Amino acid sequence: MSIDYLDGNALAGPLGEIFAVEVTTAVGTCAGCGAAGPVASLHVYGPEPGLVARCPSCEEVVLRLVRTPDAVWLDMRGAISLRIPMPEPRT
Amino acid sequence: MGIVSRGFFGRRREGDAELPPGQYLTHDFPVLSAGPTPRIGLDRWEFTIDTETGETHRWSWADLMKLPSETPTVDLHCVTKWSKLGTDWQGVSLDVLFEDVETSAEYALAYSYGGYTTNLPLEDLLDGKAWITYKFDGEDLTPPHGGPARLLVPHLYLWKSAKWVRGIRLMNEDWPGFWETAGYHNYGDPWREQRYQGD
Repeated sequence: MSIDYLDGNALAGPLGEIFAVEVTTAVGTCAGCGAAGPVASLHVYGPEPGLVARCPSCEEVVLRLVRTPDAVWLDMRGAISLRIPMPEPRT
Repeated sequence: MGIVSRGFFGRRREGDAELPPGQYLTHDFPVLSAGPTPRIGLDRWEFTIDTETGETHRWSWADLMKLPSETPTVDLHCVTKWSKLGTDWQGVSLDVLFEDVETSAEYALAYSYGGYTTNLPLEDLLDGKAWITYKFDGEDLTPPHGGPARLLVPHLYLWKSAKWVRGIRLMNEDWPGFWETAGYHNYGDPWREQRYQGD
């Protein structure tokens, strides 16, 4: 059976439009099954009508992104959290 | 003397094809997917209509096959801008399935195997406007195109024609579906170019 999705690196460009940090290396936790892994490991369907990123463990939707002519719609209700690596703040 | 048959006018020439605004003509049948393609065995397939009062009407595949079918030829318009004209389907009109359904609900939510949903006013499913289809071009509908059965509502953008349809829930309030909650238009009339919210 052919694979009909891309990996989460396909989200780098569209998410880069709205986030100042590199989100594909962030660790997302699936609201469906609790599995945690980098955004880059999600299974991404689309790009049209929108990007739908699913958990590689349970296939539930973790993140959706639709680009309309004048907005980006981002739905992250399928993610409990997103842990974004950051440098230690300067003291 | 009428020497020109109706059939002479019947086939639209491509150059003359009238398309909704912003659409282009395609001859293939693109597959757009928001998830893995469900594979549903006919022995466990079922279709239900759930009313706002909690009543459930249920059909097995064998039940569906016993119902009178129609063979609509319709134009398809996808919100991603391709249109495919004169497509041939076979399926059961929603009017037949709703014959014994008592409801005063105004809204419907179609839901699918795999979790997809899409909302539309109930009146857009009735009066010969929608079908549960199981054949395309004379062949069994394949899973990538929504088989074994797909909702067909050709007067709206194709995302309303839910693939792998499993049931219709009737409601007194509108409940936006999968794409309608992510920026796409709540109704989706291609002739008014209702692609996104606010169009």
